[in-house]
Amino acid sequence: MNNRLKVLRAERDMTQADLAMALQVSRQTINAIEKGKFDPSLPLAFKIARLFELAIEEIFFEN
Amino acid sequence: MVKQDIQNQHQHWQSQQKQKVKTLAVYTALWLVATALLAFGPKYLWDFNALFSIIAAIVYCVTGTAMILANRAHLRSLDELQQKIQSEAMALSLGVGLVFACGYEILHAVRLLNFEPAIAHVVVVMCVTYLIGVVKGEVKYR
Repeated sequence: MNNRLKVLRAERDMTQADLAMALQVSRQTINAIEKGKFDPSLPLAFKIARLFELAIEEIFFEN
Repeated sequence: MVKQDIQNQHQHWQSQQKQKVKTLAVYTALWLVATALLAFGPKYLWDFNALFSIIAAIVYCVTGTAMILANRAHLRSLDELQQKIQSEAMALSLGVGLVFACGYEILHAVRLLNFEPAIAHVVVVMCVTYLIGVVKGEVKYR
């Protein structure tokens, strides 16, 4: 699954560590999601969507 | 939520994780001591006195259970990627351990091994496989 987490994070001037902190996960998890190596669970995807005030489909999309 | 609150929450989560690792280390060490006591105590400390051996067996069970519960608490404190890395490593370790143990026993039964298989060898294989699995996961999701 692809995502535009990196772009959204950059737009808000957030580091991976900032985002990890806001989502209560490790920085490694943010990095793996951004690189498409790891797909987050639905609860975490909702948490990300809420943080960026977007719908899940606006952040994550199929290849 | 202000940034300071988020930072505090994150620090709290990280310190909880560290505490869970420390607890797991303590219970693992206690279980190791209990294992040594049960294995060597009857011969070297209390001359096969049944009462002391029963007490040592109970201590072994209690510390073993505490270690298992501490491990579960540690796993639950991890985030979902860390849990995935752990579960993949444990699956690998379980699979390799099962295949190795069965093969090891069968090779002895068909007289291809000229020494008695020992459970300790299976434990070592499983531990090494688990460590390899964790390192593999850390590299894969780096």
